[in-house]
Amino acid sequence: MAVVETRALTKVFKEGEVGAVNDVNLQTREGEFLVFLGPSGSGKTTLLRMIAGLEQPTRGEILIGGSVVNHLTPRERRIAMVFQSYALYPHLSVYKNIAFPLKAQGVKKELHRQKVEWAAELLGIERLLDRKPRQLSGGERQRVALARAIVREPTVFLLDEPLSNLDAKLRASAREELELFHKRIGTTTIYVTHDQVEAMAMGDRVMVLHQGYVRQIGTPTEVYDHPSDTFVATFLGSPPMNLLENGEAIVGFRPEHLQPVELVPQAATTFRLRVKNKEYLGAEWILYGIVSGGKFDGRELISRLGSAASHQTDQTYDFGVGEQDLHFFDRQTEKRTGAKVLAWR
Amino acid sequence: MAIGQSQAPTETVGVMAPPPLAEGPRVPWRRTPEGRARLLGISMFAPAVLYITALIGLPLVLAFVYAFTDVKVGSATSHWVGLENFRSILQSPSFRQALLNSFIFTIVSQVLVIVGSTTLSLALKDKFHGRGFVRFLILLPWVAPISLGAIGWKWILDSLYSVINWVLVALHFYKPYSAPMWLGEPVLAMASVILVHTWRLLPFSTVILLAGLTAIPKDIPEAAEVDGAGFWRILFQINIPMMLPIINVAVLFGIIFTFTDMTVVYILTAGGPFDSTQVLPSLAFFTGILAGDLSQGAAISLFLVPILVVVAYLMLRMAHRAEIT
Amino acid sequence: MQRGMLHTIGSHVARWVVVIVFAVLLAFPFYWMLITTFKKTADLYTLENNPFIFNLPPTLEHLRLLFGQTAYLRWVANTALVGVIVVTITLILALPAAYALTRLTGRWGQPIGIGIFLTYLVPPTLLFIPLSRVVALLNLQDTIWSVVVVYPSFTVPFSVWLLMGFFKSIPRELEDAAMVDGLSRLGAFIKLVVPISLSGILTVVIFTFTLVTQEFVYALTFISPESQQMLGVGVPTFLVRGDVYYWGSLMAACLIASVPIAILYNLFLDRFIAGFTVGAVK
Repeated sequence: MAVVETRALTKVFKEGEVGAVNDVNLQTREGEFLVFLGPSGSGKTTLLRMIAGLEQPTRGEILIGGSVVNHLTPRERRIAMVFQSYALYPHLSVYKNIAFPLKAQGVKKELHRQKVEWAAELLGIERLLDRKPRQLSGGERQRVALARAIVREPTVFLLDEPLSNLDAKLRASAREELELFHKRIGTTTIYVTHDQVEAMAMGDRVMVLHQGYVRQIGTPTEVYDHPSDTFVATFLGSPPMNLLENGEAIVGFRPEHLQPVELVPQAATTFRLRVKNKEYLGAEWILYGIVSGGKFDGRELISRLGSAASHQTDQTYDFGVGEQDLHFFDRQTEKRTGAKVLAWR
Repeated sequence: MAIGQSQAPTETVGVMAPPPLAEGPRVPWRRTPEGRARLLGISMFAPAVLYITALIGLPLVLAFVYAFTDVKVGSATSHWVGLENFRSILQSPSFRQALLNSFIFTIVSQVLVIVGSTTLSLALKDKFHGRGFVRFLILLPWVAPISLGAIGWKWILDSLYSVINWVLVALHFYKPYSAPMWLGEPVLAMASVILVHTWRLLPFSTVILLAGLTAIPKDIPEAAEVDGAGFWRILFQINIPMMLPIINVAVLFGIIFTFTDMTVVYILTAGGPFDSTQVLPSLAFFTGILAGDLSQGAAISLFLVPILVVVAYLMLRMAHRAEIT
Repeated sequence: MQRGMLHTIGSHVARWVVVIVFAVLLAFPFYWMLITTFKKTADLYTLENNPFIFNLPPTLEHLRLLFGQTAYLRWVANTALVGVIVVTITLILALPAAYALTRLTGRWGQPIGIGIFLTYLVPPTLLFIPLSRVVALLNLQDTIWSVVVVYPSFTVPFSVWLLMGFFKSIPRELEDAAMVDGLSRLGAFIKLVVPISLSGILTVVIFTFTLVTQEFVYALTFISPESQQMLGVGVPTFLVRGDVYYWGSLMAACLIASVPIAILYNLFLDRFIAGFTVGAVK
């Protein structure tokens, strides 16, 4: 087990351009599952590749288990990585794929079979050992990739969007499998994804990245309930948080907190909404409304309602938000601030 | 752990400077992972580049040097003679004939090759029963060694036992023993050389065009058909225009393979009769190698260079355009 | 409907006419070699005989002459030996070069690759005069070693180009994975990239071998003794005695050498063509 640490880690691909990763300071905790979450181009994969040693940092330091590893090649860092495409060696059988790291690192030949079988059993792929990668389904490929990563008992596990090549249905079960897998092996794991559901579901902590900068790092509850700025607030949650500029502040509230006034007895504020459009999602309704009248006339707000709701398009209803559900951000810096008393009319 | 904590002192170091490592002195550039990869790369491609430089670059320079000296086979010394070699070959009727022939040879055979291969590739583009075998037959002239194929033609065009003449006589176009001497009369000999070369290059051009045709999305001609266009309209307004880039490739390679070729001429006619089929490469061979006049031979072969430069330039431009799109 | 059917039948007929005419024209010389090989001399040289058929019973006399009284087999052996050595040299030079240019040289890789490819366009007929001098200086004249040294100059450039195409199609993540799994960059090349590229390497082997058998100009320039000849030069120069052409043996020699090479080449043709059309076909 080891802790991964970065200090002011920066990567600039082209001199003079903005960095792909900027001044990232992070420290994993022993055995934790840390998720790098961000849209494409946020630098999360570059950050991961720097930790793996596949990319050289422009500045800053990477420490694994307490010592600086900047000058070490990937092989010397004793990490394991699962790639987006799984990167299974197409010409080798599953057995040889899993044994590859052992061979490459000069593990004694007698130990290969035992270790491969241990890894294969851990992932339930014993019966696939003689197949070639192209004969495997997406889920099986993922398991082989995991087995190959786990076989030499790495100190750190790096996973680069390993679920993005699976179809939606498979993704849910593969996600669960990964969670169980991590619980069983307990190795420090860094997981890169652009999918907030994965991040929320799997991460002990989530690190939100945007344009190469760390925006927030915290538990899933922290980043969802206390977003540190407007980017995090809107990036997490679907549909995203409603944001309204109000004086020197930006006020945000999540769609599930914008409810018919009857259900919000102590509303901090209310809006009269004309329903522009509605989507039925089975378990819930998503309502797109236009504020009519008042300070925010014409602004669009989104509400998420239980499936029993019976609002009609083009009708007008009153909605409210509770005080405790409001988030406040500074209008200039877009950073989170304490609660403010604001004029709503 | 929080964001935006106080930064390590590395912050103040310039953009390109490597970070000072906690463990000790700076690692020299060539020891960094990047530096090692770069050095590995250079040591991996250097042998090939050196080999090619030694066997293509150096002789190319020597060809230019020879053309301005009076070096001969067997002579140890040589002198700078300036443009003397060029003056003398330009005055030689053989050279002027060869220069003209080279252009006729190249242009006529390329026109035939392109028309033929476009037709043939269009006929071959859809799958049909026996396509693989047909393709093998069609490719034979290109894949078999050219000197051997040319010998085959020499037999077919034989002055006495030509099968073509036998057919012509049998069809009563000619009386026995008066049929044409294919390789013995200037115009016929040139025509023969051109036809044999066309025969040789047609398959190559055809497969290149086929590769281009399969890359044309099928739905474009289909859309044109739905829009009501007929066969000829689709051919001339859709298929052929869309094939143009690939036809360019075929023509550029074809020009190189034709303009610089001496095998067909050497085997069929050896440049004769009376230099009527002599081309620049064969003349360079006879002058420089057989007659031993290296400097004049080199001067003659240098006349290939302008064409090569133009073709290389056009290819680079195409490669560049392909990269942008 | 009726017109449509007619149209379809018409285009089928037209296609077959084109295909058959071209196939006959292009393959005819090889048919001619075949029939000449087995015809009695008296049959060949009687003008009144229909040349398309056997007027006298077939014979093996030309084959016997070819294998018994000429250096034909020697030339075949020379060519095979040169082929094997040149293939080896080509692989040793081209494999690392192509890999380095696709993966290790950054943005310089492609321009250098194109530069190397362009040297393929420099023809033997421009270089043979200075090279004949170089070969003489190295004392390689009149031996097969002259062509062993010179042939890689045109097999390497095209092979580098072909292999670059292959290596580019290998996902980078595979090499990343191999390096994370514990291999160095060089190790990943030798233990992962080379085995994955076997089909590409085979293509280069076949391509190089066929180029060696097809080459004419250098072999003609550098080698004169009969025993050291390559096939392509030996057959047209030494099977002709003065003005006398032993057409039967000559055609047999051409046919026997051509067909195996043609079959091999044909198997890999699509890959070579891909090398020529990089850029123009997407």
